[in-house]
Amino acid sequence: MAGEGGQSEPRATSAPRRRLAGDGTRRARGNGSAGGLPRSPRCLPPRARLRTVVRVTLTYALLIGVSAVYVLPLVGMVSATFKTPQELKRVPPTLLPDGLRQWPPQLDLRAYGRLFQSVTGPVDGRGREPMPGPPAFDYPLYARNTLLILVLSLAGVLVSNAIAAYGFARVPFRGRNALFAVCLATMMIPFPVIMVPSYILFKHLGWIGTLAPLWVPAWFGSAFNIFLLRQFFLGIPKELEESAMLDGCSRWGCFWRIMLPLSRPALAVVALFHCLAVWNDLVGPLIYLTHQDQFTLALGLQFLQSKAGDTPWNQLMAAATLVVLPVLVLFLLAQRTFVRGIATTGIKG
Amino acid sequence: MRPAGGAGRGRRELRTGLLWTAPWWLGFLFFLAVPMGMSLYISFCDYPLLQPPVFIGTANYAALAGDPVFGKVLVNTLVFAALAIPLGTVLAILLAVLLNQNLPGQGLFRTCLFVPTVVPLVGAALVWLWLLNPEYGLINAALRPLAPLASGANELIAALGGGRRLSWLSELAAGPQWLSSPHWAMAALVLISLWGVGSAVVIYLAGLQEIPVDLYEAAMLDGASAARRFWHVTLPGLSPVILFNVITGLIGTWQIFALPYVLMRGEQGPGRSTYFYTMYLFDNAFRYLKMGYASAMAWIQLLIMLLLTGLVFWVGRRTVHYRGG
Repeated sequence: MAGEGGQSEPRATSAPRRRLAGDGTRRARGNGSAGGLPRSPRCLPPRARLRTVVRVTLTYALLIGVSAVYVLPLVGMVSATFKTPQELKRVPPTLLPDGLRQWPPQLDLRAYGRLFQSVTGPVDGRGREPMPGPPAFDYPLYARNTLLILVLSLAGVLVSNAIAAYGFARVPFRGRNALFAVCLATMMIPFPVIMVPSYILFKHLGWIGTLAPLWVPAWFGSAFNIFLLRQFFLGIPKELEESAMLDGCSRWGCFWRIMLPLSRPALAVVALFHCLAVWNDLVGPLIYLTHQDQFTLALGLQFLQSKAGDTPWNQLMAAATLVVLPVLVLFLLAQRTFVRGIATTGIKG
Repeated sequence: MRPAGGAGRGRRELRTGLLWTAPWWLGFLFFLAVPMGMSLYISFCDYPLLQPPVFIGTANYAALAGDPVFGKVLVNTLVFAALAIPLGTVLAILLAVLLNQNLPGQGLFRTCLFVPTVVPLVGAALVWLWLLNPEYGLINAALRPLAPLASGANELIAALGGGRRLSWLSELAAGPQWLSSPHWAMAALVLISLWGVGSAVVIYLAGLQEIPVDLYEAAMLDGASAARRFWHVTLPGLSPVILFNVITGLIGTWQIFALPYVLMRGEQGPGRSTYFYTMYLFDNAFRYLKMGYASAMAWIQLLIMLLLTGLVFWVGRRTVHYRGG
């Protein structure tokens, strides 16, 4: 039976694959990859059929093994948040926390609770009450800062890149190709190279210690996004705009009413990658932010880790889980957009 | 048509074009061209940030040439690239081939492999810090069955080589100290980089599906084995994608920063074994406030990257197979 999989692929896998490749016709014949399985093993002699069964079994064993190895660190992370520090020191480690291995199962949420509790200062010798300080990991505050940067920059990323990409795709002018070549060349320049001068520039502008360096530049296009959107615009038939222009539509009207609505898939890719970049960015906040009140989630997590001597592992993992989980949820919801974006641009997530 | 009218139209078009592309070129001028020009000038200056820059000629570059730490970070970065890129490429291609088999349930496996790549780096670093804990981490728990093997091999080496044991093997036998061991910290970073191989796998998967089925059918008719089909059809077909991935990999490894920075709590690692180029640049700029020195490092990095990318392209032109080209 196993061999039948070669023909009846579940929709879940075949749909994104067809999109990836861009043309359904070739794919429809099934893909004869390196170890391509024979299409109908039942017509084969018994020895060949046995070989197919063995091969399919081995492939599944490998796939399951590899997938388990890749997911295990994340499962371990979440599992650790429900363990006590003593449980975490047990050798050999267990996959499930004790609370889940008994009946009825219980989830120990104390690690999360501790994380949100304010840190109490040392009791001074005169028996005075310790002063309550801010929590070691102020998740609501960091999340608010991160989301603020995200909202302020996302609008800019979408607007500026779409406009510039439209200019490069559709507006004919002298020197356009040369300008676009320069634009592409800037992709080569790594961030560390402009790290120092950007810092000096923002210092002169008085932006150090504010969120501005983290979202204002987003209002100016970036080469990757312009490239991606331009490619998409070029794939939209010119006739649509030409007939609209005959009807008196302006260039802006064409862009706003025709191109943008048609480019939703490409804009989704740009938006998604931008969200991921902002959420995960450590270097930017590390350089430009000076006060804990402005920290983003990534920087807050790094800060917690850097002074982790006294933070138990279950609380560190709880903090990590709170930062990682929203990204995983976003990924699972928008998996197709992700995969399409990576396959078409090669941007690494 | 009068020539003047043509010129006027050209100018009007230029104005329209520049207006549309303004978001890009304004940003380019303001956030890239000007800072880079500044950076080039500062690289010839002594600039401790609090006082104005003082021109000192090529002194920064000369100092870099004699700086042992600079040599160390250069070597570390190259070693990391030399380990992580080939291992990552081989692993990614093998995984892509595995995921490209026509079997039900592949969507789930793909998701499993890809998930680590979207995990925020700081979060991933924290998770691995725990996994790599020498006493109660999962990795050493998994390695424990290998300990007798490692100590046995070490005894064999000792017997053959006149009592000299390999320190990294003894460490492996005892359970590596990973991030606090100069022998194993780099291996830990490579291991973590292999965990994030999923995005390359996705690119290779797309590449695999671009290879025409006819080629495989022809090879099968000629009686080529699976291994030969892989070597003579799959690899040549994938070669442009491999080239692309190696280039982006090179650019990426030269910028490696966040992972070792978080893992080592901003320090240089055991015996400076995980101190990388960008970390030293960062420390020079923001810890020692030597902006001129850091800028010189940045420009050398840019030159190295251009050189390496050119080299990869040159090698690729001779070995990469472009279909129909």
